[in-house]
Amino acid sequence: MKPARFSYEAPTSLDAALKSLATWRGDAKIIAGGQSLAPMLNMRLARPDHLIDINGLADLGRVAVDDDNRLSIGALVRHHQLGHHELVAQHCPMFAHAAETIGHYAIRQRGTIGGSLAHADPAAQLPLAALTLDAELELRTATARRTVMADAFFVSIFTTAIEPDELLVAVRLPRRKPREGWGFRLFNRRAGDFSIVSVAATVARGEGAAIERLRLAIGGIGPVPVRAEHLVPAELVTALTEDWPARVAAAVAATVEIEDNERTPVVFRRELVESLTRDALDEALERAR
Amino acid sequence: MTGSDPIPVTLTVNGRTYRVFAEPRRLLSDVLREDCCLTGTHVGCEHGVCGACTILFDGAPARACLLYAVQAQGHAITTIEAFAANGELSVVQQALHEEHGLQCGFCTPGIVVTMEAWLDRHPDPTEAEIREALSGNLCRCTGYHNIVAAVMKAAARRRTEVVR
Repeated sequence: MKPARFSYEAPTSLDAALKSLATWRGDAKIIAGGQSLAPMLNMRLARPDHLIDINGLADLGRVAVDDDNRLSIGALVRHHQLGHHELVAQHCPMFAHAAETIGHYAIRQRGTIGGSLAHADPAAQLPLAALTLDAELELRTATARRTVMADAFFVSIFTTAIEPDELLVAVRLPRRKPREGWGFRLFNRRAGDFSIVSVAATVARGEGAAIERLRLAIGGIGPVPVRAEHLVPAELVTALTEDWPARVAAAVAATVEIEDNERTPVVFRRELVESLTRDALDEALERAR
Repeated sequence: MTGSDPIPVTLTVNGRTYRVFAEPRRLLSDVLREDCCLTGTHVGCEHGVCGACTILFDGAPARACLLYAVQAQGHAITTIEAFAANGELSVVQQALHEEHGLQCGFCTPGIVVTMEAWLDRHPDPTEAEIREALSGNLCRCTGYHNIVAAVMKAAARRRTEVVR
């Protein structure tokens, strides 16, 4: 459990970090909290020649509401900060909750939002929450800047749209609508483990039984988390009915594609999708009042 | 010489300065034990799961096996050795002793460090909250019953101490 040899630098400015990244490209790894990367280094599943430590870039540790009225979260914000930040709780409460379900107390003190999203574990909480909440991710190189929506960012297992010379610097989230509730449910066998299946949902209510917007996403059933509201029958998308959460959950579970894997049978994960979706929607409706 | 060879690293551990030579790949947990001779930080899994190597990094609990010693320069490291510095057990240590909260003691340093820091921020926890907080520290001897009882007792004692 000792990593292979690597060289190391801790740049003190974003420019310096990006310049170094432009030189090293795929031979370097960015290290932030290190709660995913360090285990991979220690087990030699990753063997970069060089580590660029961005923990000194204080500018990446900010949370603010930006000019477009979105919540902007710097890549270096730790899970514990996310879980306890007033602006996150106010504007994107699901994100705060999701962060608090990650790993354990000590892990959450170090792990960062940028690290979790860039690592792109298919069962991780923040990728699922980012996908559900239509997050936009800001990527920088030494010379350019672009943004990628969450649904295009997660490409495959442990694979994102980040190019070798790019650094994820911030995440922007549209703020919660009025009368929008959220639910976030996951199932795992041991506290702190990655979940087997996880479901996130938001429900914005209109007048009476009308639904203004439903967002639903599922993690743990394929290489990346997926949006699932398109699987909901049309008559259930626009208005609440009797047993709405259960009916939506049954429809989604019956049709969603689930990748086969040896550890957890598809039939079991389909049952989890149904029960977690129902519970997440129940929870979202409760909060949408 | 290449960039992966040993380099001078200055660490501040329990308020004391240590100057060592370390390859960038050396785990903070190893440097604390082997170079600083602070062997109270135990090494279990070396990939962040067991919690035995938990130290305080600028006051917050962190796995020493998921940090490289070079990363700790300019930061304040606190290890288990700081918790009974004057020969008197810390509140959590005393409570673990009284409640028979350890057998082999391997996981104990990580539990003490984590719980002392956690109780600073959660002075009046429920049993369920304690169990959640303890889930990041694996104990293979006692089961958690006595450890939970000890943390409950420590929390109560810390509250009276604050009042006093």
